[in-house]
Amino acid sequence: MDVSAINPVLLLASLMVAATAVLIAAVGELIVEKAGVLNLGVEGMMITGAICGFAAAVTTGSPTIGFIAAAAGGAGLSLLFALLTQFALANQVASGLALTLFGLGLSSLIGQGYVGIKPPPTPELDIPLLSDIPVLGPVLFSHDLVVYFGLALVAVVWAFLKFTRGGLILRAVGENHAAAHALGYKVVRIRVLAILFGGACAGLGGAYVSLVRVPQWTEGMTGGAGWIALALVVFASWKPWRVLLGAYLFGGVTVLQLNLQAAGIAVPAEYLSMSPYLITILVLVIMSADRSAAPASLGRSFHASQ
Amino acid sequence: MLRLEKRPQPSRTLSYVTPVLAVLITMVAGGLLFALLGKDPVAAIRTIFWDPLFGEFSFYYRPQLLVKGGPLILIALGLSLGFRAGIWNIGAEGQYIMGAITGAGVALALYPLEAWWIFPAMIIAGALGGWAWAMIPALLKVRFGTNEILVSLMLVYVAEQFLASMALGLMKNPEGFGFPGSRNLQQYASAHNAEIIADTGMHWGVAAAFIAAIMAYVMMNRHILGYQIRLTGEAPRAARFSGVKPARLVLFCMGTAGALAGLAGVFEVSGPSGQISTGFNVGYGFTAIIVAFLGRLHPFGIVLAGLLMALTYIGGEAAQSTMQLPGAAIQVFQGMLLFFLLAVDMLTNYRVRFVAREAV
Repeated sequence: MDVSAINPVLLLASLMVAATAVLIAAVGELIVEKAGVLNLGVEGMMITGAICGFAAAVTTGSPTIGFIAAAAGGAGLSLLFALLTQFALANQVASGLALTLFGLGLSSLIGQGYVGIKPPPTPELDIPLLSDIPVLGPVLFSHDLVVYFGLALVAVVWAFLKFTRGGLILRAVGENHAAAHALGYKVVRIRVLAILFGGACAGLGGAYVSLVRVPQWTEGMTGGAGWIALALVVFASWKPWRVLLGAYLFGGVTVLQLNLQAAGIAVPAEYLSMSPYLITILVLVIMSADRSAAPASLGRSFHASQ
Repeated sequence: MLRLEKRPQPSRTLSYVTPVLAVLITMVAGGLLFALLGKDPVAAIRTIFWDPLFGEFSFYYRPQLLVKGGPLILIALGLSLGFRAGIWNIGAEGQYIMGAITGAGVALALYPLEAWWIFPAMIIAGALGGWAWAMIPALLKVRFGTNEILVSLMLVYVAEQFLASMALGLMKNPEGFGFPGSRNLQQYASAHNAEIIADTGMHWGVAAAFIAAIMAYVMMNRHILGYQIRLTGEAPRAARFSGVKPARLVLFCMGTAGALAGLAGVFEVSGPSGQISTGFNVGYGFTAIIVAFLGRLHPFGIVLAGLLMALTYIGGEAAQSTMQLPGAAIQVFQGMLLFFLLAVDMLTNYRVRFVAREAV
């Protein structure tokens, strides 16, 4: 074993890449939950986004179109969830699980012709000058556009929730849908929009796995990233910047265990592969002592006649 | 304009009709899906739902119905207890794996000893393994208020990795020429979960599933615990006022679900599957969620739903070999079933009324 072979600069740089997929998906889910909806289908929407993005990118040769298709795919799937929970008033937990099971099946059905293909490379954005700074350059300033998009998304969502009228309405709907309805806000419409946003984000996150991180298509390749994104939202107490922190923590553990596997540490690879999931559980345990941050109407159906 | 009106009482009739309705809608939608894939939809539906039961090769397929239905019913019965009370154990797949590992572990440790008590000991070990794995999310929920959905699911991935490490390491067959996977328990008489009646698919796990269904029915309808579970699901606050201890209920529901999933695992590993291998689990723990809902969380409903879902597995495999229908299509089909089920479920709780648009 040779732990000194692990280059800390490369480790930090790949940490940002490893964190991006769950970060984007988790920020999307944050908005959904802030609107009072618990969508457990993140994993299904991510994997659907992964294959939609992959297929579109391979067919057109453009990763950009791939990412757009992924967002559309994720949003499309989330529309099913919106129909079920907002119009058919189905149980949100069950509907989310249905979405995940359906998404996993759908993705492997679509993905049959795409196994073993390489997607077009997503260009890295070497920011001139900044990327030449030793250590900081490769860590912070030489990634692809999506990494920065993820960071920007966190900032935008934070500002939206904190400073805008729209954000206030969204939070009101999530905290007390009856009161929001009494004030004349369209609870169902707002929730549907939030669900679609969450779906698009999950799709993007999934495509980041299939187009950049891995990059290829294999069945079930998101490997629970969607569930980790859900856990991150709890970990973050529904605060955007803490989602970022959580995503980097998770990315760090993932990258570290992969590096330790490569370095040939004496622990079997399977036990190292467990670590991201175990750490997620640990973090959930620590954070769940305080549940006051959760939106008060989270997971409850709204029906105007009640 | 359509309007929904909440029924004062969920409709009894419709609660029986909606699962059937959902299956029919899924058949139609599934037919469309198969047509999109360029297959004859009528032939595909017939291959999946009719031929395994009444077709030329039904003598081969019928036993499979019990082999595949057994674990689904066992797991779904356990899950339904929690689902009724609003406790969401969705990590049954992990508990199934751990039950198989602990059960097979007993057998592999004792090999080649032959004794009558080995198989019962394996069953107990399997149930305990699944129970212990389910206790992790249960205890964390009771002690720290941790979300049991996420923890139980995370533990599926942990269990899968553990399974891989067992198949490639500790439990690897020393006479297996280096191939991954344990000894085949079908060739170890004391540990083999053989068919009770030859060529029917009826092994001890299937028998256990039917017994568990009856016990679940009695418990839910005749025992105070079943009453408390139903009360907690329908009115959590009222349940607490009447003295139901939520923590105890969480431990009971999760523990039972884990033990049943563990049982399913050990019956599978000692019977149809035969060995601990990396591909041992095929998603029964997740499909059982669909089974539980399709059976309306009712023990006898679950038995029927489990057999139906087993039929889609078997028919799906048949359609895969005879019609080249992709295996994933069946997964989509099962997912759709849950969707439609949840959608038509609205009809039991709400009345759809056509009303003239009111002046605003």
